[in-house]
Amino acid sequence: MIRESFAEGKSWMHGIDPRLLFMAFAARLDFREVMHRLLAPVIFLLLLWAVLPWSYEGDALTVLGPVVITRPGVTLCAQISLKTVSLTVAFIALVATMTVDTLGHSLNRLQLPDKMVHMILITYRYLFVLEQEYQRLVRAMKIRNFHPKTNLHSYRTYAYLVGMLFVRASERARRVHSAMICRGFNGRFVSLREFPPNPRNHVFSLCTTLSLVLLVTLEWVKGANP
Amino acid sequence: MSPTILNLSKIRYGYPGGPLVLNDLDFNLHAGDCIGLVAPNGSGKTTLFHIIMGLLKPLSGTVEAFGEARKAEADFIEVRRRIGLLFQDADDQLFSPTVLEDVAFGPLNLGKSRDEAVAVASKTLDFLGLSGFENRVTYKLSGGEKRLVSLATVLAMEPEVLLLDEPSTGLDSSTKDKLIDILNGLDLSFVLISHEFDFLSKTARHIYTMDGGRIRFDEEPHIHTHQHAHLIGKQPHRHV
Repeated sequence: MIRESFAEGKSWMHGIDPRLLFMAFAARLDFREVMHRLLAPVIFLLLLWAVLPWSYEGDALTVLGPVVITRPGVTLCAQISLKTVSLTVAFIALVATMTVDTLGHSLNRLQLPDKMVHMILITYRYLFVLEQEYQRLVRAMKIRNFHPKTNLHSYRTYAYLVGMLFVRASERARRVHSAMICRGFNGRFVSLREFPPNPRNHVFSLCTTLSLVLLVTLEWVKGANP
Repeated sequence: MSPTILNLSKIRYGYPGGPLVLNDLDFNLHAGDCIGLVAPNGSGKTTLFHIIMGLLKPLSGTVEAFGEARKAEADFIEVRRRIGLLFQDADDQLFSPTVLEDVAFGPLNLGKSRDEAVAVASKTLDFLGLSGFENRVTYKLSGGEKRLVSLATVLAMEPEVLLLDEPSTGLDSSTKDKLIDILNGLDLSFVLISHEFDFLSKTARHIYTMDGGRIRFDEEPHIHTHQHAHLIGKQPHRHV
């Protein structure tokens, strides 16, 4: 269900301190895997390309039979596509190159409230356990010859499945909480992780800050001279 | 006689809408005791452990631990520091992403510094033969490894008493032997729940059963002869 296929690379990007959640590209990821991840947004973009160019009003770019392709429509589509793809790639390069626990601890260092960090970490930890319980329930249904059909029996069975999952999840949460209390938990997590200082971190943050400043300046210049 | 660690008297407990699981239960634990508890499912063994740890509050009766009556939540904080409970399901116990973090969680809660907590955690892992496991991801461990790491998380708190809820269930024989060696090598009092006589006979010094919401102490053994075959049948053992 959840793979961290990008989290195990060894490029310079992986060595960068994960607290630096800014933009970048090069993380030497498997090109095909990245393309695979991009498939979902691209399908969505294709839908936009299919609709926007002829439905948006403005100057005509070309005329294809009865359909008028407008210049602002095409421009808008191109902008959306560019933004979507670059955001996705930046996200893969920066966030997907670390494991979720690293992400949680980094967010903790970025002063995100403790409770939210705990929720991220514990959700992540128990997602696997819940998925196993889900698989167990599905197996139990399958070995008794359950085939989903469009009828009340199937709907009811699925409702039971979801309900059971909720019950098990809350029971699990209660037991985990008990186990934590037994080990002296008092509502505060203390993180063990430390990120050793590394000169590359400073170089990386300097570069990203400079590029951010450049982007903001360009935006401002463009705003001043439309 | 060794000092009394636990003294439970007239404990009653029932889950909402159900019958009484524990009915006027009396239980004493002295320093150095190694007790095995065998009883059918649903007879209240786990409930008893949870009452000792203050996770459940008895309907009536008194819990006395380390010479003091324990009633309110605050009274149990000390109890939880000195008594370690190993849960039945290791997935309930291991919630941190990595092994080291999970084992260090207890010591950190006890107010130890990071370095001290890491030192205690590494020492405990070494003791259990789990060195090198520090950065392993908890949910990717095997069943046996999970059980031993759970034990490490409890032992890292340096408790005086261990309560073990079916520690041998689902383990292969080599991991089970390892667990037996560990338990015999510890200088701790413990109570362990198990359904396996093989396991109990190698670890516990007394075996109690539960019946009708109470613990039955050393009853007079009924003398009878029978023949059957099982592993280590030559060792003295009892059938309940």
